[in-house]
Amino acid sequence: MNNLQFSNQPVSAFRGPWTLLKKELLRFWRVAFQTVAAPVITALLYLLIFSHVLESHVQVYDGVPYTAFLIPGLIMMSVLQNAFANSSSSLIQSKVMGNIVFILLTPLTHMQFFLAFLIAAIIRGLVVGLCIYLVAMWFVDLHAANPWLIIAFALLGSALLGTFGIIAGIWADRFDQMAAFQNFIIMPLTFLSGVFYSIHSLPPFWQKLSQLNPFFYMIDGFRYGFFGKGDVSPMFSLFVVGSAFLVLALITLKMLKSGYKLRS
Amino acid sequence: MSQPAITINGIHKHFGTLHALKGIDLTIEPGEFFALLGPNGAGKSTLINILAGLIAPDSGSVSVMGCDVGSQYQQARQLLGVVPQELVFDPFFNVREMLRFQAGYFGRGSENDAWVDEILEGLGLADKANTNMRRLSGGMKRRALIAQALAHKPPVIVLDEPTAGVDVELRQMLWEFIKKLNRDGHTIILTTHYLEEAETLCSRVGMMKHGQIVALDSTANLLNKFSGKHLRLTLGNVLLPANVEALVRHAEDGVYTFALDDMAQIEFVLSGLRSANIKVLDMQLNEADLEDVFLSLVGNSAQTNSAKGAK
Repeated sequence: MNNLQFSNQPVSAFRGPWTLLKKELLRFWRVAFQTVAAPVITALLYLLIFSHVLESHVQVYDGVPYTAFLIPGLIMMSVLQNAFANSSSSLIQSKVMGNIVFILLTPLTHMQFFLAFLIAAIIRGLVVGLCIYLVAMWFVDLHAANPWLIIAFALLGSALLGTFGIIAGIWADRFDQMAAFQNFIIMPLTFLSGVFYSIHSLPPFWQKLSQLNPFFYMIDGFRYGFFGKGDVSPMFSLFVVGSAFLVLALITLKMLKSGYKLRS
Repeated sequence: MSQPAITINGIHKHFGTLHALKGIDLTIEPGEFFALLGPNGAGKSTLINILAGLIAPDSGSVSVMGCDVGSQYQQARQLLGVVPQELVFDPFFNVREMLRFQAGYFGRGSENDAWVDEILEGLGLADKANTNMRRLSGGMKRRALIAQALAHKPPVIVLDEPTAGVDVELRQMLWEFIKKLNRDGHTIILTTHYLEEAETLCSRVGMMKHGQIVALDSTANLLNKFSGKHLRLTLGNVLLPANVEALVRHAEDGVYTFALDDMAQIEFVLSGLRSANIKVLDMQLNEADLEDVFLSLVGNSAQTNSAKGAK
């Protein structure tokens, strides 16, 4: 070994996961028109149409106009959908294109891999949510009754969906499988979670069914942070969402450690 | 005493009912330029994927400079750079960004930039450093793929068919760069279908067939073992006399290669053909090369099949 000086060079333990996180953030930021602007516009269209049609017909909470009621739900829905989209689309694209091998060949641990994809998903979810909030402020003056609850649900909700996105990205081998995941699981659970209504307006059977939907607790808890009222206790919602995140995180870590569908 | 660059002990791997690797043992010393040859399906890529940690073996152990690729995977991967066979790339970034990311995954930051520049220069990518990966030609993508494997300056470099589908000029350029890396002390492990490359570049050769290593020696020793003349005759689709057919080593599209121990056998073959009324359309006499060694060790079944098909 004449010119080589490699074996004893100290390397930073944090730089590996930080690099992967930076790459994941740049990946969505490079196409921000599609990953940030598009969901913001979609949410605003929902807001314009539903608030125009239902503002004078529906009042969910006393003293809370329907448009104001709708905004936290739309913000949270976009946070969740975009957190899921970030980790799932990055992984499925890398798998289909084959460039996931560049990550698999590195010394990154399964925990570092998980955290990088998770934090990137959380950040994309929060960026989209924040943009919708800022734009929605033009329509309604929204006050936060409990900002800590808003932050807690936004973080936990995006973490939960980011983790779910990692699972979907690892599991799916093709884009159509991913689309099925999105269209048949994420979309129905989001739309049936009380974004546009309170579950108290539903018949008892559908109320019970809604309570089995973890998305309901994320939307309801997040909304509670704004109005100080909701369909269920925010602490219970926090417990449900936190528990669901822990369970999914453990499943994801187990999948990554075993190399399921990534290392044969 | 320095550790071997690669130590492979008793590796077995099954894919369903297929026994892909049947107890591979192999040691590669630091600084070697080693070729792993074999026909498609011999198990070369499976072995490389096990070495890279992309596939787990059923049994056995693999280590890179003394670090086990399973239990000490972080250390082992720091020491290893693998150029995958498939032409894969990330379409979101340019060449320099990809190299910086790749080095970053291994814990290397801006202090590694000089090395990244050296790779870009050495592989003729300097003027494409800020070009998006999507916009590169196939040859440039291949160079970028090699550059990515080198980004963290690994002492052991594995190249899985790096010149597949690459034009002659680029191939020469790549080999000059890889030879320089080897001179600088990097251990190089290469799989290739271009046997003349292995013959020219590699000091030692391992040949695989059906998941086993069937030959492992220095390139010079292998060539000596299989020394002799090779007579290539273009005959067209003919039925060879049995005594002449026994000397056929390879047959394809009416071109027959006969392995001869001495020059006297030339007349034996030609008189056999004359008596069978077979015309010689073209004739060449060559020294044995690595391709002949390869064919005699791993290509017997292919040769028999193609010889039969030519009749």
